[in-house]
Amino acid sequence: MADRFALDRREFLRTGVTAGAGAALLVGFRISAYADDPAQPQEKPRVNPFDAWVRITPDNHVTLILDKSEMGQGIMTALPMILAEELCVDWKQVAIEQAPTNPKIYDHGTGGSGSVAGSWLPLRRAGAAAREMLITAAAAQWNVNRDTCVAQDGGVLHGARKNFLTYGQLVPTASKLPIPGLKAVPLKNSNDFTIVGRDTHRFEAKSKANGSAKFGIDARVPGMQYAVIARCPVFGGKAKSFDAAKAKQVAGVRDVIAIDAVGKGAFTAGGVVVLADNSWAAMQGREALKIEWDEGPTASESTETLRQQFVANAAKPGKVVRSDGDADASFAGAAKKIESVYEFPFAPHATMEPMNCTVHIQADRAEAWVPTQAPQWAQEIIAKVSGLPPESVVVNTTLMGGAFGRRYQADFVMEAAQVAKATGKPVMVLWTREDDMQHDFYRPASYHKMQGAIGSDGKIATWKHFQTSTSIDAMWGDKGEAEAENSEFGTASFIPYQTPNYRVEYTLAKSGVPRAWWRSVEHSSSGFVVESFADELAALAGADPLEFRLAMIGGDREIPDFGNPKEGKPLRTARQKAVLKLAAEKAGWGKPLPKGTARGIASYFSFESYTACVAEVSIKDRAVKVNRLVYAVDCGRAINPNGVRAQVESAAIYGLSAMLYDAITIKGGRVEQANFNDYNLPRIPETPLTEVYVMNSTEEPTGIGEPGLPVVAASVCNALYALTGKRFRRLPIRAEDLA
Amino acid sequence: MAVTFTLNGKPTTVEVDPQMPLLWVLRDTLNMTGTKFGCGMALCGACTVHINGEATRSCITPVSSVSGKKVTTIEGLSSDASHPVQRAWMEEDVPQCGYCQSGQIMSAVALLSKKANPTDADIDDAMSGNICRCGTYQRIRKAIHRAASLQATK
Repeated sequence: MADRFALDRREFLRTGVTAGAGAALLVGFRISAYADDPAQPQEKPRVNPFDAWVRITPDNHVTLILDKSEMGQGIMTALPMILAEELCVDWKQVAIEQAPTNPKIYDHGTGGSGSVAGSWLPLRRAGAAAREMLITAAAAQWNVNRDTCVAQDGGVLHGARKNFLTYGQLVPTASKLPIPGLKAVPLKNSNDFTIVGRDTHRFEAKSKANGSAKFGIDARVPGMQYAVIARCPVFGGKAKSFDAAKAKQVAGVRDVIAIDAVGKGAFTAGGVVVLADNSWAAMQGREALKIEWDEGPTASESTETLRQQFVANAAKPGKVVRSDGDADASFAGAAKKIESVYEFPFAPHATMEPMNCTVHIQADRAEAWVPTQAPQWAQEIIAKVSGLPPESVVVNTTLMGGAFGRRYQADFVMEAAQVAKATGKPVMVLWTREDDMQHDFYRPASYHKMQGAIGSDGKIATWKHFQTSTSIDAMWGDKGEAEAENSEFGTASFIPYQTPNYRVEYTLAKSGVPRAWWRSVEHSSSGFVVESFADELAALAGADPLEFRLAMIGGDREIPDFGNPKEGKPLRTARQKAVLKLAAEKAGWGKPLPKGTARGIASYFSFESYTACVAEVSIKDRAVKVNRLVYAVDCGRAINPNGVRAQVESAAIYGLSAMLYDAITIKGGRVEQANFNDYNLPRIPETPLTEVYVMNSTEEPTGIGEPGLPVVAASVCNALYALTGKRFRRLPIRAEDLA
Repeated sequence: MAVTFTLNGKPTTVEVDPQMPLLWVLRDTLNMTGTKFGCGMALCGACTVHINGEATRSCITPVSSVSGKKVTTIEGLSSDASHPVQRAWMEEDVPQCGYCQSGQIMSAVALLSKKANPTDADIDDAMSGNICRCGTYQRIRKAIHRAASLQATK
């Protein structure tokens, strides 16, 4: 949890946000009761693991509790594996259940590729505490020294096999024993692991193969209504007036109401809500609405006006983020130098399950079914809107049809809470694909001017990175526009390549388009820029791209996280070099390829993990064809290597999407794309053969949901350069760029 | 208006607007939520069901058009996820978020009913209408090959 994203998210949650009409929405960030909190040296109140994490019935059915949200990343498998390992139970026998939303006990927020990294130690301690209590109970029952008792296969054994008590037999006593000190509780020796580190099938795979898995959109509550909302298509606009007469004539439509936009913290558009007996009637009703919009202050924004802003910003110096040596002087005086501009559009999350939320607010309680990465935040919002205390708001976290950061937002929760409050009935607010595409919080658009020079010694004499973007922090950060650069560079402000003259500058570009965290966040753009430009410098130096990278990284050392030196783990160059070498070896770097095919390489550090990728590409029918991707990843100890590989395979396609298709364009202050006919995504024929090699490591586990992404476009475009001699610096790649 | 069809082997009558797409009849009228809404325009394949054995996008299929026909949804493939395609999906750990997988599986079953041993090109043709944002395509391809061999040895 040391990435800038996590830090901002943490600051944001800790300091709270303001939601509408000045109502403070204080969302407390609470670290799990089993984690070390450096801010609190005293041990926190001990949580009974049998209350929070493990439920065992007298007939020995073991249920493990999951406090994070499953959105496809496999956390419903990985985290219980950790608990099961320490608890010494048979993985095949356990059930897994989503935790109730209770931020006093759990750290629910799921994002920043931080779930395994942040839960590893707390869950080990929780599982071990439960195991130790069970052993103590057994020893007491037998009246023997507890050191002679061992936990195994869901029970405690003393000496001969006949002295075996199941956890089910022991739990009534064990759960009432004193809770061991969490820092003192003995953890298993990792050499004895039988679950952690083994390829494991996804726990909920069956429910996803037979249609029984329940996503947010599948919530069904007796008496519920389905609602769709007509939102102003222009960001920041609102309904001036509306006529619902025709909408109310649509069969199945029950009511039409208006809801207000809510500002910072929720960032909803407000709009006109059509409530009906079923989703389709609600959509038909919305079609029949007549609305006059007030398009608001940013109605003239377009992709062209934003680009003009970028170009104008890049013509002037930016705010200095980092400056080592004198980059401008060394660049001015350099003989071998290059200047390049990289450009990125807004990108949508485009989760397959459109946003939705079901809420029922009653006089004394509320209940909600929310596909969310932040259930604690959903609870706070519903509490605030309903006027109920958070304890009276039951939030059921459902499975999610993709999230990628989109479901860390609470705009859709706010809308559902507003409608539920207004109607008093259970209601699902359902977004259509068009709503989802046009009212997302997009990956920022950005523009990067790079200047680099190679000295007479063949080394990097200058590295200057100027960026202007529609910053995330300008919208969400505690300090807003004043520190807009904080969310925009990531590892680009502490690259592993040595240079005496290193400068990073930033200028904010103003935009009315909502932005937020998109899979791999700033690394999605900064990784492409850094790893493409490193390749440009390798070519300028006349060096092999792999050899150049290894040489410029140089010796083994630690590079502090520039943006977050206190909490961020440093980049360890030995690990970076190791993934580069492994990917190159597995891909056959340097070996001949068929004519018309070429390789490219890229490597990046993000979410405290190391990735390298070698791409093999060709061009077919004036389109990029990625034939093969070979990854090496180091995410520390892999809890479920099968899950790690799946996440990297997934990030590869997500990265290809950004390279091949992801462009949200703006005209008249609104998004031009609406559905998958004008916004395409990669499909099965475009899928490269993807090989993922996971480093065997005993380091602390780090993130893997996102780190696979930043290297994709860079390795592919570097391969395209090797193939064509052309650099591709503007994503997505257009057909005309290939001509 | 009443529309009668066979749903997963059972005669079913619904009293709804005849223009209502089959997707919403399944999901909202019959509470069979295994079939998913993704785009509403037959662009993503999440809503794929079989109508008289043909893979069909239920989001643009008016319920009146299935009158008298046989509709099979993901819930009708097997009672216990034992269909060879479902088994292959689990063995290859295909699903991630899982949202598109009902549609993917229904498309794959339809493919295998026509071509017992499909090539990669056959798979590309039959499956390119189904979007997976998690990018599980490589495992989908493997799982279809695996399902083909499971079916052959059945």
